[in-house]
Amino acid sequence: MSDHEYTPKSKLGKWFNDRLPLLTLSNHLQEYPTPKNLNYWWTFGGILTFCLITQIVTGLILAMHYVASADLAFGSVEHIMRDVNYGWLMRYVHANGASMFFLAVYIHIFRSLYYGSYKSPREVIWIIGMIIYFLMMATAFMGYVLPWGQMSFWGATVITNLFSAIPFVGESVTNWLWGGYAVDNPTLTRFYSLHYLFPFLIFGLVILHIWALHVPGNNNPIGIDLKKPSKDTVPFHPYIVIKDLFALLIFLIVFAFFVFYSPNILGHADNYIEANPLVTPAHIVPEWYLLPFYAILRSIPDKLFGVIAMFAAIFVLVILPWLDTSKVRSAIFRPLYKQFYWFLVADVLILGYVGAMPAEGLYLLVARVATAYYFLHFLVILPILGAKEKTLDVPLSLTEPILGGSPKEAMVKKNKEI
Amino acid sequence: MEEDKKTNRRDFIFTASYALGAVGVGAVVWPLIDQMNPDASVKALASTEVDVSGVERGQSITVLWRGKPVFIRRRTEEEIAKAKDVKLEDLPHPETDEDRAKNPEWLVMLGVCTHLGCVPLGDKGEYGGWFCPCHGSHYDTSGRIRKGPAPTNMEVPKYEFVNSNTIKIG
Amino acid sequence: MKNFFKPFLILMIFLSYSFSSTAAEQSQKLLEPGWSFKGFFGKFDRAQLQRGYQVYTEVCAACHSMKYLSYRNLSQPGGPEFSEQQAKIIASQFEITDGPNSDGEMFTRPGRLSDKFVGPYPNEQAATAANGGAYPPDMSVLVKARKGGADYIYSVLMGYEDPPPGIILDDGVYYNKYMPGNKIKMSQPLMEGAVEYIDGTVSSEDQMSKDVVAFLAWAAEPHLEARHKIGFRAIIYLLIITVLVYFSMKKLWSRIETKV
Repeated sequence: MSDHEYTPKSKLGKWFNDRLPLLTLSNHLQEYPTPKNLNYWWTFGGILTFCLITQIVTGLILAMHYVASADLAFGSVEHIMRDVNYGWLMRYVHANGASMFFLAVYIHIFRSLYYGSYKSPREVIWIIGMIIYFLMMATAFMGYVLPWGQMSFWGATVITNLFSAIPFVGESVTNWLWGGYAVDNPTLTRFYSLHYLFPFLIFGLVILHIWALHVPGNNNPIGIDLKKPSKDTVPFHPYIVIKDLFALLIFLIVFAFFVFYSPNILGHADNYIEANPLVTPAHIVPEWYLLPFYAILRSIPDKLFGVIAMFAAIFVLVILPWLDTSKVRSAIFRPLYKQFYWFLVADVLILGYVGAMPAEGLYLLVARVATAYYFLHFLVILPILGAKEKTLDVPLSLTEPILGGSPKEAMVKKNKEI
Repeated sequence: MEEDKKTNRRDFIFTASYALGAVGVGAVVWPLIDQMNPDASVKALASTEVDVSGVERGQSITVLWRGKPVFIRRRTEEEIAKAKDVKLEDLPHPETDEDRAKNPEWLVMLGVCTHLGCVPLGDKGEYGGWFCPCHGSHYDTSGRIRKGPAPTNMEVPKYEFVNSNTIKIG
Repeated sequence: MKNFFKPFLILMIFLSYSFSSTAAEQSQKLLEPGWSFKGFFGKFDRAQLQRGYQVYTEVCAACHSMKYLSYRNLSQPGGPEFSEQQAKIIASQFEITDGPNSDGEMFTRPGRLSDKFVGPYPNEQAATAANGGAYPPDMSVLVKARKGGADYIYSVLMGYEDPPPGIILDDGVYYNKYMPGNKIKMSQPLMEGAVEYIDGTVSSEDQMSKDVVAFLAWAAEPHLEARHKIGFRAIIYLLIITVLVYFSMKKLWSRIETKV
């Protein structure tokens, strides 16, 4: 990938590297030519790696003290919170870490949407990313079940019941998922097992995600192909490393505020009540990061089609590289797409909001309109834009727009003048 | 001169960042390690009370304390005499029987071989005390190591007689 | 710096959004008496927690268990901080069922520091049956298990009123302004002078309510003080190292003619 073949300086290094080219890999990662105009939206990849490692480490620790049993799970979490040395810290970092992880992943995804990072030749990066996202949701959902509080139990009941919508075999499938006739101890233990497994799958996919990224190299705010390495790029280390680190530290400050000063604000009070199969909480809501999908599910008045719509909402993202046919990547040069992009952001936020509200009256109406718009955006607007949109002129290299100051404004001006 | 100052300042910023970063990593690592130490509920189980009213002379009972077996033996006169007879020079780990059993009738000790942690068998071995089947350590009637790979005598925990029938260990 | 603020501005908007989506729905505005344990440096008031414990044992404990607390917690740092001796005496006043002994029999003994709080009922069914079909919830994490937390529980304790005209209550049901649905099966628990405080504090309804709620808040979050202390240090540390890394970054990037 880099232009020169790397040879370690020391004899031992060379000996080792000939047998296992770890030093070549390390050299590649350090020298990796990165566009120098990446903005802070590009730091979330590094932040996400940090989030994954944090979740794995704290999760590993919680697993040392947690007991996966319907009778003991709730008590073991209290044991972690009360007795284990720094147990409260581990649990709060893990629980809030999940939210921070999703926050970062949403920013990462919407960055990709804005700058067209999913387009050729980066489709595979995008698809792997979507699989990671899907696994993250599954992992987070199963993790939320483990404390065996009221929301754990009823969240698990509602979500697993989604599968009962499958024609003919629905009931068998749900019984299979539960290991019984309702969510109970067998469900808890299998969720625990899978909750432990999935992060490592995600970890493997992250390696593929980065590998696939390093083949074409990073996209950039201008969205043009850069010659690499060149004047337009900088070596990953130290330039991008330190920038990512700086952004990570800012992110950590936000993270720390949650962990130390509002550790339960993103959770639900009902989850501090031990699971009771006889009493459903008045108002079941998933964690905030699943709300948009929850809203889509509830907006469809048919059980089967609701479930289909929810999964379709994710699937439509997977095929996005072929729905958006525009040759221009960055929204900077796509005035119409830029408008629709922000409509989509608003639409998803609205879906999230109504997902947290009771499914009735005006909320339901809004949810339906927003759901319709969500699919409209991907299935109708994007293909039409790809064919009809009049895009602005795209510069040939980074130096061109950068000369006049910040790339965006200069570029737009220049194009208008022309 | 000017150039020197510049490099100095740059070096200072980098060094300070690294140093502070190292402190931060250390501060994060400590909780990750400390969580494996005995937790508050484990530490709180420090003591246990044992009813020994049913133990006859020459009998032993084994109770669990902090997850380990504790041997409580009501020794016969013969065993006590045997334990007191031994010369300190003959012991790999010299301790008098008086020090080990305040009330000579009762020997209370952790039933854990000091070699690698197996539980020795009672009334066995060449010295009439205990014998560890794992690697062949012989203990005498005072639980002192006499022969074999174990380095020290079996440990006597902190204990006291709450009344004549009850021993509080820990 | 300009391009840097935008991501995080949006991040903050996103966060406030996620707050509002969870903090929705709250009909009656709760009373907010102001708690010593709120805020960045929030700490519990030891004397208050000790009084709160007294209210709990003398009043609440008749029906409500606190099964995740142990007597040793009463003397741990950051809590009521009774002396270890006091905590031992408190524990020894309770009768613990232990066993089986060597004969296979269960027996009772005085409580020790390592014992969990003794509950009023042997099990949930017994508790429900003894209270007219309403299970008195375990109070160990009650403050975290109710939306509104300490404010909510304080409000409920202070919210007993005569029902407004037109509302007819069944026997054993009481009117409470702050309880969702306004109907509560617990009669007003804290009447003026229900306990006689050891430290001589006048036991008004308001005083007792505040004290017991503070105690429950500690019980639900026993490491709150450590959390606040560590959190403050962590954030100061992060701010300093962020500034250092920022200048390191500026230095490094000064070699490149692109702004960061």
